[in-house]
Amino acid sequence: MSVTSRRRRFAAIAIASVAVLATTACGDDSSTESADPNAPVTLIVDVFGDQGFGYEGLYEQYKKDHPNVTIQERGKGLGLGDYNTRLTQQITAGSGAGDIVALEEGTIVQFYAQADKFVNLADEGAGDLKANYLPWKWEQGTTPDGKVLGLGTDVGSMAICYRTDLFKAANLPTDREEVGALWPTWDAFIEQGVKFAAADQKNKFVDSATNFYNVVLSQTAGGGTGYTYYDKSNKLVLETNPDIQTAFNLTTKMISAKLSNNLQSFSNEWNAGFKNGTFATIACPAWMTGVIKGQAGDAAAGKWDVAKAPGNGGNWGGAFLAVPKSSKHQKAAADLAKYLTSAQSQIEVFKKLGNLPSQPAALNDPAVTSATNEYFSNAPIGKIFAAGATELKPVYLGPKNQAVRTAVENALRAVEQGQAADAAWKDALKNGAAAGK
Amino acid sequence: MSLDLDPAPPAGRHSHPADDERGPRRAPRRSLTRLDLKVSPYLYILPFFVIFAIFSAYPIGYTVWIALTDRSPMNATISFVGLDNFVEIGQDPQFWNAVVNTFGMFAMSTVPQLLIALLLANALNRRIKGQTFFRMAIAMPIITSTAVVALIFSMIYAREFGLANWLLDLVGIDPIDWRANRYASWFAISTMVDWRWVGYNALIYLAAMQSINKDIYEAAALDGASKTRQFWSITIPQLRPTIIFTLIISTIGGLQLFTEPLLFTSGSGGISGGSQGQFQTITMYLLDVMNTRFRWGYAGAVALVLFVLIAAMSAINYLLARRISSDK
Repeated sequence: MSVTSRRRRFAAIAIASVAVLATTACGDDSSTESADPNAPVTLIVDVFGDQGFGYEGLYEQYKKDHPNVTIQERGKGLGLGDYNTRLTQQITAGSGAGDIVALEEGTIVQFYAQADKFVNLADEGAGDLKANYLPWKWEQGTTPDGKVLGLGTDVGSMAICYRTDLFKAANLPTDREEVGALWPTWDAFIEQGVKFAAADQKNKFVDSATNFYNVVLSQTAGGGTGYTYYDKSNKLVLETNPDIQTAFNLTTKMISAKLSNNLQSFSNEWNAGFKNGTFATIACPAWMTGVIKGQAGDAAAGKWDVAKAPGNGGNWGGAFLAVPKSSKHQKAAADLAKYLTSAQSQIEVFKKLGNLPSQPAALNDPAVTSATNEYFSNAPIGKIFAAGATELKPVYLGPKNQAVRTAVENALRAVEQGQAADAAWKDALKNGAAAGK
Repeated sequence: MSLDLDPAPPAGRHSHPADDERGPRRAPRRSLTRLDLKVSPYLYILPFFVIFAIFSAYPIGYTVWIALTDRSPMNATISFVGLDNFVEIGQDPQFWNAVVNTFGMFAMSTVPQLLIALLLANALNRRIKGQTFFRMAIAMPIITSTAVVALIFSMIYAREFGLANWLLDLVGIDPIDWRANRYASWFAISTMVDWRWVGYNALIYLAAMQSINKDIYEAAALDGASKTRQFWSITIPQLRPTIIFTLIISTIGGLQLFTEPLLFTSGSGGISGGSQGQFQTITMYLLDVMNTRFRWGYAGAVALVLFVLIAAMSAINYLLARRISSDK
């Protein structure tokens, strides 16, 4: 009898405590949504990439200004592919994503279809920010029906980073103005590469075919059709877009001239290539300067320099910050996102990692225009990259851009490994079509 | 289970009629006891089935459903497409390429793996110095993480500064681009698999060998049979059921080969398994379809076809096993 009653008492306590827990849990939810702006909140920021987004100092400042806010960052060191897979699942499931998530230029289009799972930042007062941005960057962050999905962080812009020591050894000029003048076009770039290859048997002129290709494609498409694998109605045009064929042919020409180091981008061997200095140039969006510095390390300080890219500007990469609807602190998250993407914050990130601002106010700021990078032989990186970004023609990227791009990149890697160029082009068309289905 | 306990309460009731006046108070308790006897066994096994239902039955059911749709995070609505996904798999060259790769690597790794394991076990079954040390040593690779194995082997098989190419260079062979050539990549991945699993299989064989009656060997030795003859005519026939067991385990593992080929390439596009899918396995293709192409419905169909393939292979193994045991 006493056992039963004790059991019953336990049951009663258990039920009561569950009920209390449940009500307090609900209470938590509703109170955070309530009006008190000073209630303590913890915001989780999801970023990607080996270098992260360079926000550490900004978090500290923001926490000082808003003592009730705690910020946690996740994802530094995570590759874009893994990051995006996880994020897609979290967004579709409606839970697990951070309060602020970073979306990359090539993948944000994929989330247009799920715009209803994100906070329309125009509702949080972000609509006024439109005038602050480069118009094409703002457009990329906005869905076709006008919802503000993400606030732009950086843009890629375009230049060529090169090793002065290898250039010198191959009897090429090393001064960045002269180097930039060597290659008015990509064909001229390949010609210089052939000269380099004749003088240097050991090292290669270009790191990989895929980086070269992506840069050439974005530039060709910017000056041409304005889109790559998908046209603006999201129809797959891999086979019919002449810009893709142009970029592909130029790349296979570069490979057959034996200029590529055949390194798979972002692989361990590619990283080792920076350390061992086995290639002389790399297509260089602004964010790549941070990658080079991180991978090549202190030993290569002063050996790198930055020159103008062949052709007329171009863009590769850049990101956005968005707030998923699964966030329990949407307003606080939107405020933080606005802070992190403000012109002043973009300048801070530029100073730290070299990521190029996406707001003209920041791009024209003396802190950017007069910036030099000690690591890159004091190159005026602000001037070089900002010039490219303001006059840049944007390229539209379709929903499965990443998957189709991987298929074409794989075809180019096969050429590096010895496959014939026209057979590889057929593979690219076939596998690209399957990937974009 | 509760058959001999169940009748007890009614029996007690008859033998103590004096208790009847307390009946109304005891009745709920008695029915509680009966409930306890009837229900509690199910409660004890419940945790397993709840977890099974959540993590196995539900996902399997959901996979079947999703395979009949065009579900994708990029589609606002889900539409039922019937067997379209399965028809597409039939004509999908990348899928069949993955099937060929999977079976190719399975054959390339399993045959030497089991042979080496047999020879190792046979060697360790003799009286040698440091017996325990060697027996422990062959089991060591099992406790290393697959990811670590794959990372280290992918450095050994690196194109530029890899150990394998350096060794080939010493004997005057041109360096091989291990990721470019289909068979070279299969070979490299097979060595990873074998390094990790040879010891495991050898231990199983060793245990089985030790249970073979020593008298048979003695009799054979008296008749003048050599060690080799003893191995083929006594050890192997006695090990048959064990060999079948290891074959089945290797089949299941081999058809789900994933981590080794995935981590064989680092950097972007690893899930493609080489520039032309030289070493993309079925499980890698499944994730490729799901995570880079966002075709969840199609990925569900791929998963079900993989299930059918494994079931078919297991059936073949089972028939083989029955055949061999009836031979005896």
